Amino acid sequence: MTMTEDRSARRLQATGTENALELRGISKLFGALRALEGIDLTVRPGERRAVLGSNGAGKTTLFNCITGDFLPTTGTIRFFGEDVTAFPAHERIRRGLRRTYQISLLFTGLSVIDNIYIACRGVSRGRFSFIRPRRDDALMASAETLVRVVHLEDLKDTLVSSLSYGQQRQLEIAMALAGAPRFILFDEPAAGLSPTERSELVEILLGLPSHMGYIIIEHDMDVALRVADFVTMMHNGRIFKEGKPAEIEEDPEVQTLYLGGGDDA
Amino acid sequence: MAMSDFQSSIDASIARNRGRRPWIERVPPAYWVLAILLLVMPGFASNFVLYQIFGWTFILGIIASSLMFLAGYGGMVSLAQMTFAGVAGYMVAIFGDSAIDTISQGWPWYITIPLALLVAVLFATIVGWLAVRTAGIYTIMITLAVAAAFFYFARQNYEVFNGFTGFQSVSPPQLFGVDWQDAVPFYYLTLFWAVAAYFSVLYLSRAPFGLALQGVRDNPRRMGALGYNVTAHRVAAYSFSAILAGIGGILLAWQSGQISPGTVSIQPSIDILVIAVVGGIRHPIGAFIGAFLYVLLKTFAVDVLISLGLDGDRFNLLIGMGFLLVVFFSPDGLLGLWEKAKDRSRRDPLTGRPRE
Ligand SMILES: Nc1ncnc2c1ncn2[C@@H]1O[C@H](COP(=O)(O)OP(=O)(O)OP(=O)(O)O)[C@@H](O)[C@H]1O
Ligand SMILES: [Mg+2]
Repeated sequence: MTMTEDRSARRLQATGTENALELRGISKLFGALRALEGIDLTVRPGERRAVLGSNGAGKTTLFNCITGDFLPTTGTIRFFGEDVTAFPAHERIRRGLRRTYQISLLFTGLSVIDNIYIACRGVSRGRFSFIRPRRDDALMASAETLVRVVHLEDLKDTLVSSLSYGQQRQLEIAMALAGAPRFILFDEPAAGLSPTERSELVEILLGLPSHMGYIIIEHDMDVALRVADFVTMMHNGRIFKEGKPAEIEEDPEVQTLYLGGGDDA
Repeated sequence: MAMSDFQSSIDASIARNRGRRPWIERVPPAYWVLAILLLVMPGFASNFVLYQIFGWTFILGIIASSLMFLAGYGGMVSLAQMTFAGVAGYMVAIFGDSAIDTISQGWPWYITIPLALLVAVLFATIVGWLAVRTAGIYTIMITLAVAAAFFYFARQNYEVFNGFTGFQSVSPPQLFGVDWQDAVPFYYLTLFWAVAAYFSVLYLSRAPFGLALQGVRDNPRRMGALGYNVTAHRVAAYSFSAILAGIGGILLAWQSGQISPGTVSIQPSIDILVIAVVGGIRHPIGAFIGAFLYVLLKTFAVDVLISLGLDGDRFNLLIGMGFLLVVFFSPDGLLGLWEKAKDRSRRDPLTGRPRE
């Protein structure tokens, strides 16, 4: 009894000191194109990081390498201390990593609640179950909770194909929150949202439990600086500046590069 | 406190059940008519109609529904479904009884039938494991190669598969003192398994396994990013499809009283695809509609052709043309045509808007 308590306490401590994410020397080639080059990135557990950079800087490619959608050409990825470089995507997801997609990847032929249910089921047991979920199924209940978190409860039985763009973005977020995420990658969740939807999004992000770290890719400086406590700037597949939001905002180099190259956002 | 808890739980259950009538009232009338018609059929239909038309329709429908499951839910078009069926058919002949008593083991049905299904499932799992690495046309090619390989193997192997002649006198067990190869019992036997196959495929559409499979069909990358092992789901779909196909294959061996390489040759393998596609792969009923049409054509078209002064061998041409026509006008098969017609009748002919 005390033995196991001891061990779990030690494990907690261990995870407490591990970094949530540790990238070393990540590069990614698409043919001759260097989409990423020598990326070193460390994110502590519970940290909220913004990644900024002009179009084509390699931000989405970075996410794809972290989640296992693509394998990096070189480099290693550690997730809470574990080397996941060679893991397929689903193995990383089952360890608590989540992501949203820049262009919504949803099941348009299914309802809102079914989309969330699939996400909840994906990180729990019974993925191969032949038995239909009952109304009081525990996963159904957590899907119902998530649908409320993103304010889609009135639309939960609507087909995703008939949702508005902004609502589909909300749904993306709900699906990333399924299960017990330890770390989430948000790929431009605010792009294309109305000002009201934007502030709702900021509210959702700020309302996440404090142990849940994330990286958010965001073109909108205002949003990024409100939801992040550390900023990484990318350009042409490289990281060229990291710092506190205030430092980044005032940096003259960032101002010329980012504001010059980012006006298309 | 306890009282209000109780009240709120009642409120919740009322809210849950609001608008939900007992299931028996929710079954559409067309289902009732069809169910009663099928149940009383032996009262007026001839043995030929029961055994040759409906028995065969149900069997081919079961095998085609295994393809409907794979292709409709999983997006994987397999030409090996008849082969999975044939493997199960061969196994009941090899482990059970047949005229070839030098090979047939004569084991009791409660061993041979589960064993036959198990072998079919294992075979399909291996085939699936090979096939899911490919997509689209390559899946069709691999499964076609499997079908062809099994056909030639069975034809050339005399020790186990008895080569060209295969096995004759394959018959169902005399369970409950009933001769299940008689027209009426066989009709009910195949009807039962057809209904079971139909409802299990329908039921699975909303169970986690079926939902995940549809997710894998629509968006494999997304499913991986939700924690699903896409490959494992695809392989499992092949395994499950072989249970359905295997049941169909055993019934088919009983219906024709034999199993031979001809049962699993390329032609019947393609016929299953034609049946499923012509019927429509969006819903399991399509498999049975397609099978019914196929059996009618196969049984009567030759006579019709000859009475029109045409060559009876043109039968396959007729099927091919029908296939082209249906696929051309409706990618969702006859089911799609039906839905389009229903949709049109609901619209105002002048404005094209839905009538309310
Ligand atoms: N699958 C792919 N195949 C080939 N090239 C790719 C692929 N994905 C991305 N790229 C290229 O890699 C570079 C980085 O793309 P990436 O999508 O990561 O940029 P990004 O920073 O996310 O840009 P944006 O702000 O437009 O989303 C671009 O030049 C892009 O064209
Ligand atoms: Mg991007």
